[in-house]
Amino acid sequence: MAETSVKAPGRARPLSPHLGIYRPMLTMMMSIVHRFTGGALYFGTLLLAWWLIAAATGPEAYSVFMDVATSWFGRFVLFGYTWALIHHLLGGIRHFIWDLGKGFELGTVEWMARLSLAGSIILTLIVWAVAYAMAGGL
Amino acid sequence: MADMRTPLSRVRGHGSAKSGTDHFWLQRLTAVANVPLVIFALASVVALVGADYATVKAYLSMPVVSILFLLLILSGVYHMRIGMKEIIEDYVNGEGMKLLSIIGNNFFAAVVGLACIYAVLKLGFGG
Repeated sequence: MAETSVKAPGRARPLSPHLGIYRPMLTMMMSIVHRFTGGALYFGTLLLAWWLIAAATGPEAYSVFMDVATSWFGRFVLFGYTWALIHHLLGGIRHFIWDLGKGFELGTVEWMARLSLAGSIILTLIVWAVAYAMAGGL
Repeated sequence: MADMRTPLSRVRGHGSAKSGTDHFWLQRLTAVANVPLVIFALASVVALVGADYATVKAYLSMPVVSILFLLLILSGVYHMRIGMKEIIEDYVNGEGMKLLSIIGNNFFAAVVGLACIYAVLKLGFGG
């Protein structure tokens, strides 16, 4: 008793195992990406705010926004934004299923992860294909 | 053993955490609302690709569009504020830094939310 109370303050305390000890798995990566896309969308709201404020300000402000948004860098960011939004949305739907107490079987968890990852990529490509069709090609 | 807690404290049932599960519930509530609202906003933006300023302005001035965007902003900003608070609480360990981050999170959400709401209302009221 006396010994531990003397040693305790200076000794490095044991930590519970963290991310480093796990082999990366799809479900784990999807969980991390869900949080990461949430964080990205958080700052992405600045783009939504810029778009709305530019539209409310006038044609000049709007054309400045559009010049940036349609540049190659703007398109790159908006493409990532679209994917993050759809990935986070599909991840959210998986969370709704879990909140209802369903879909916890290992097999189900695995195919839901695969489906939402594939779905996020496919839906993002569809959205951009439609967007380019709306704009009349590249 | 004498219980030092007041009857009010006991009936609230929160203990030392000070709050209960309301943030969890609001995170889910706003998530449910965000699903159709985000799909609407995404469809709106895609439909406006290639449109000129007058078309965009006219679209964003329609009452139904304004209302849906306002709902998205309110629900979305609330959702992201709770989410970022959770991230801060998980990863920011120092008490001072944590406090500053949480203050910053609230300010960011308030500024983005109010800016978007102001812009949508201005477009909606034709200013």
